[in-house]
Amino acid sequence: MLSSSARRGAAVLLSAAVLTTLTACGAAPDQKSGGADGAKNGVQPGAATSVADFGSLEALAAAAQKEGELNVIALPPDWANYGEIIKAFEAKYKIKVNSENPDASSADEIAAVKSRKGQKRAPDVLDLGIAFARSGAAENLFAPYKVTAWDKIPAGQKDADGRWTNDYGGYVSIGCDAARIPTCPQTFADLLKPEYKGKVALNGNPTKSGSAFGGVYAASLANKGSFADIQPGIDFFGQLKKSGNFIPVESTPATVEKGETPISIDWDYLNAGYADQFKGKGVDWKVAVPTDGVYAQYYSQAINKEAPNPAAARLWLEFLYSAEGQNLWLKGYARPVLLPGMTQDGTADQAAVAKLPQVQGTPAFPASEELDKAKATLAEKWDKALS
Amino acid sequence: MSSTTDSRAADGTRRRRRGPRTWLATLPLLAFTGLCFGIPLGAMAYGAVTRTDPASGATQVTGEHLARSLQGPYLGSLIGSVQLSALTALVGGVLGVVIAQAVVTSRSAGLRSAALTASGVLANFGGVPLAFAFIATVGISGVVTRLADLTSLGWNLYSFTGLTVVYLYFLIPLMVLVIAPALDGLRPQWREAAQSSGATGRQFWRHVGLPVLAPSLLGGFVLLFGTAFAAHATAAALVGGSVPLVTLKIADALSGNVLTGQENVALALGLDMILIAGLVMAIYLPLQRRSARWLR
Repeated sequence: MLSSSARRGAAVLLSAAVLTTLTACGAAPDQKSGGADGAKNGVQPGAATSVADFGSLEALAAAAQKEGELNVIALPPDWANYGEIIKAFEAKYKIKVNSENPDASSADEIAAVKSRKGQKRAPDVLDLGIAFARSGAAENLFAPYKVTAWDKIPAGQKDADGRWTNDYGGYVSIGCDAARIPTCPQTFADLLKPEYKGKVALNGNPTKSGSAFGGVYAASLANKGSFADIQPGIDFFGQLKKSGNFIPVESTPATVEKGETPISIDWDYLNAGYADQFKGKGVDWKVAVPTDGVYAQYYSQAINKEAPNPAAARLWLEFLYSAEGQNLWLKGYARPVLLPGMTQDGTADQAAVAKLPQVQGTPAFPASEELDKAKATLAEKWDKALS
Repeated sequence: MSSTTDSRAADGTRRRRRGPRTWLATLPLLAFTGLCFGIPLGAMAYGAVTRTDPASGATQVTGEHLARSLQGPYLGSLIGSVQLSALTALVGGVLGVVIAQAVVTSRSAGLRSAALTASGVLANFGGVPLAFAFIATVGISGVVTRLADLTSLGWNLYSFTGLTVVYLYFLIPLMVLVIAPALDGLRPQWREAAQSSGATGRQFWRHVGLPVLAPSLLGGFVLLFGTAFAAHATAAALVGGSVPLVTLKIADALSGNVLTGQENVALALGLDMILIAGLVMAIYLPLQRRSARWLR
């Protein structure tokens, strides 16, 4: 046991030591960079538009480590392998990831950015539906940043100023429980067959859920519709409802497992992920990308313009668009945006690529106006067609 | 009951009640109510009638959102919600009264406490768990559906009728809870007096029972209507978009992945909901005051 005076002496010594270390830490980068944050040429991390502004990836990592934390929002661990991605990032850079409200929607993300302006717990990075990425950029909420792999991302998949960049996506697919359904439907036309009465579900309400919206869009393409004309898709689901095939239950892993939604139209990466999840649970989940209605959609990454951890946010993006990050998405059956290039230069995880549902051709994307028009039509006509 | 004795005892001093000291005592309550209801209401009303331009940040007053909330699918959802709430409140109210009367008049204390406890639990059993309980029992592949082959009888849980049945599951117990004390207040002596004066059971209810109960019945109906009108999670889990309901529309517009820039319409819909609730109260309050005369 130490006497009280000895303890006091030790405390004084200790605090002196801490103070010296602290000032030393604070002073060192000052001399090198002229800023307290490790950025080169006096550029603040919040203003950096590429890794060059930091000098190197190592400098960026050092600046991010000094912040020590990263606030993410709306990243469900069982969605596109985000659980593993977060763990890998934490382990690699020793940065704590605060994952808030994993099941939030894109609208919630934008609301969080707006309502927590200037707060320490505002989200640093966002994973948004494309419409929200565009509207958020128009509202000037995002910081422009071009990742190292910027040039390899196709022009249609990124904002010219780098305010948002597509990250991963997938195709509308039909999941089907082969243990309950003798012949699984392969196309949208198949879904109308009387044998599927009371069996076909969407992942939610298309005026709210992005994947359900994709389902209606794909059904439209399958029925002589176009990106500008979603009406045939709405009519198709109206027809499904009339024949009794469509059930309005929002399909989730729980409803699938119980057999409530034995056929579910959803993103192929979610359906393919369910197949793994259900192995050994009496569910034989098969995934088909319908050949008559091929529709792909990508989500987008964006950095909060007023991110409380600006360097960590930029490091997160560099990680996601590295071969490591892209392969982790791939492992979750999502198709990362750099996949075509990675397949060519051999950095793609071949085993994971082989497990993806087969699709012919390359995806096409609706223009901004076409998307807006389709949404307006859907919001106006969906209720009437389904009730 | 206690309020009637109070007012009789305080007859001579009624004027003093409005004195400044009693007002002072209610100040904390008024301040609390003003803060907790006033601020959200103000924010909602402000958002419903203004529009902020995303590029310039300029805000201007507009009636556009309110107009849109009263058109097309939004109007449809308001009508759908009112229809569903009125129907479920009516059916739930009638069944609740019948059950409560049976429980109150039965002489079994065990049945009484069991029924009231169960009602207390069930009235608060809502949301997603309730929806899943129904899906598992009478959904498309539910246990009961398959055993009794309900589908061939035309049963469909994911419809207006299905939703009505699910809502009744928590509305009937709520009505039992609300109305049981009022039924207790119907003194057996009144019925005996009516009987000894030669009144039939029907006449007793027509001239004594119902008039005395009317305020409580109306109150129960309004409460049930409000509960059904504001319910969201159960309906969201069960029917998604196929039964148009205003709470679901607000959720779509406010926190979806598809529609952008609809927040103000959602606020306008919220304002519409408050107006409808206010309207129901405006009908209820004068009626209640009129029937309350019977209690004097």
